Amino acid sequence: MSILVKAKTRILVQGITGKEATFHTQRMQEYGTRVVAGVTPGKGGQSHLGLPVFNTVEQARSAEAPEVSVIFVPPRAGADAIMEAADAGIKLIVCITEGIPVIDMLRAKAFLKKTNSKLIGPNTPGIISPGKSKVGIMPGHIHIPGPVGLISRSGTLTYEAVHQLTKLGVGQSTAVGIGGDSICGLKFAELLEMFREDLQTKALILIGEIGGTAEEEAAGYLKQISYPKPILAYVAGVTAPPGKRLGHAGAIIEGSRGTAQDKTNCLKEAGVRIISNPARIGQETKAILIN
Amino acid sequence: MLIQEYQAKRILKALGIQTPEGYLAESPEQIIKICKALGSPAVLKAQILSGGRGQAGGILLAREPEEAESLARNLFGKRLITSQTGNRGLVVRKILVEKALNIKKECYLGLAVDREHETLLALVSREGGIQIEELSRQKPELIKIISFNPDEGMRPFQARQLAYFLELEEDLIKQLVSLLRNLSGFFIEKDLKLLEVNPLVLTESRLLVAADVKMEFDDCSLERHQDISGLLDFSDDSEEEMEARNFKLNYLRMEGNIGCLVNGAGLAMATMDIISHFGGQPANFLDIGGGVTEEAVNKAFEILISDDRVTSALVNIFGGIVRCDLVARGVVNCAERLGLKKPVVVRMEGTNVIEGQKILKESGLPFHLADDFEQAARLVVSLSGREK
Repeated sequence: MSILVKAKTRILVQGITGKEATFHTQRMQEYGTRVVAGVTPGKGGQSHLGLPVFNTVEQARSAEAPEVSVIFVPPRAGADAIMEAADAGIKLIVCITEGIPVIDMLRAKAFLKKTNSKLIGPNTPGIISPGKSKVGIMPGHIHIPGPVGLISRSGTLTYEAVHQLTKLGVGQSTAVGIGGDSICGLKFAELLEMFREDLQTKALILIGEIGGTAEEEAAGYLKQISYPKPILAYVAGVTAPPGKRLGHAGAIIEGSRGTAQDKTNCLKEAGVRIISNPARIGQETKAILIN
Repeated sequence: MLIQEYQAKRILKALGIQTPEGYLAESPEQIIKICKALGSPAVLKAQILSGGRGQAGGILLAREPEEAESLARNLFGKRLITSQTGNRGLVVRKILVEKALNIKKECYLGLAVDREHETLLALVSREGGIQIEELSRQKPELIKIISFNPDEGMRPFQARQLAYFLELEEDLIKQLVSLLRNLSGFFIEKDLKLLEVNPLVLTESRLLVAADVKMEFDDCSLERHQDISGLLDFSDDSEEEMEARNFKLNYLRMEGNIGCLVNGAGLAMATMDIISHFGGQPANFLDIGGGVTEEAVNKAFEILISDDRVTSALVNIFGGIVRCDLVARGVVNCAERLGLKKPVVVRMEGTNVIEGQKILKESGLPFHLADDFEQAARLVVSLSGREK
């Protein structure tokens, strides 16, 4: 098993002819990901990396039936690319693009609510189900298949956690980056729900960071149900200075929440085991799995 | 991106919103001229990018032009330390001089991105000139919030709900409704993240005046708003922050003595956390980013080791897009150029790690190579000479 992407999942790449997209599509193909088509407006009919290129997602969808689209377009076109994929009926959209304006994302999220599409990201390394499919930009070779699911707001910190696990011989079922932007798609709570039913996953690691309320929402979700698997969490930014970005009118909605301390407290109350030393993510997870 | 109060007030004026009569001064001589023209009393407002200026002595009332001049002499060039600036404070280079208002009533008006509900919000309060979070805890009944979305904007009825909540007289309601719709339209058009008018003043002569205003724009959208990006003011940044920005490095100065050079924001935060976990104190946050060049690494390392406060430094790289050999070359070139006078711990993992370690070893420079994250953190703390 694993969640979101599996060995046979059909993948579309939006913006496929760009430099970054080309590089990472090649890495995905090498990993064995089933990439079936690409989209670049104006390049429809061409072939790129052995794949058919279409002008629109709609055309790609009817020709190649992709289930997941991974987006590598420039920031200004990011929200539009998300909406185009959702409009074409793509079930899962993974947006790698970093730097999409916040108001664009508010529009894209409102659009998504009227569809059945799910979004991961933006500003995410993507999703990997080791040994099956890699949809994103993470280094594939550090992963091995196994029982641990990861959900993270950070890229390199996830690689660090995965590396620690792999070194100890502990594999991963699926690692999902939910992205580092303030407005993003699926978060901890929704993904925990997906991992709950997954037979391969025996334990979960959440990697959070300061700002927003995703960790608090996860804690709220966990308090409502009795989650059947052990969950560990590390929240980055204990030493980060108070967020200057959060201004007054925004802070009123967030209340006093948003610091690493508050987030770890919330998660702890919800029964999550807190990891305070980020170099021990692997060891602490292995210890839980053995017990 | 924040802009200065005087810049935000110019924008309001252009939108047809009343602001106090005032002028910007860059020297005490200008102050006296402005005060004579405005009439007394006048308010001097230090232009720094921080809230809490009042408590820090950055907002002063002058009864006559001579008093204004002498107050301004003290204020110009002073480092104001507010609750938001950190202990280095911000230097006052410009002072906004305004004619004091005859205040009948003060309220608060804010527009913001509501991250939790993924929409925009408008907030008004019957009390103004206050800390809005404080007030929301103590007297939530004085506050009203509405949500609106970027496609439809603020509806007229929503603006009326807010305006009537403030219990203004009928003729002022219309003024406020138009002000709210005006501001919310501007907020969406120019990609703001926060806009606060605090206080919004009703004067004795029955005018609604924006006595103070704060505007924060979305950094990601600046390229589509040339008029706004032209207002960027970097004069408050430290030398390190300025150099880092030129090389697209994400640098933030901290208060400690252990320098850090890391790729990725999350790993960079975790690196600061683990240093503190083992009893050390980070001197900075530094994320070199994914698309970094060798030249930028060279610069990043220079910023680190030329910082006088730094007693030891940690380079922590998990190569994904970033290649370890590129980082190693940047670090070695810099160390050869400037000399390696402080202990530097390097921990590398991921893409091209073997090539990277080889470059460090063959340089003959005394880097301390660590095998993993924890060992690196323990080592850099013990080498810093300031363990708790």
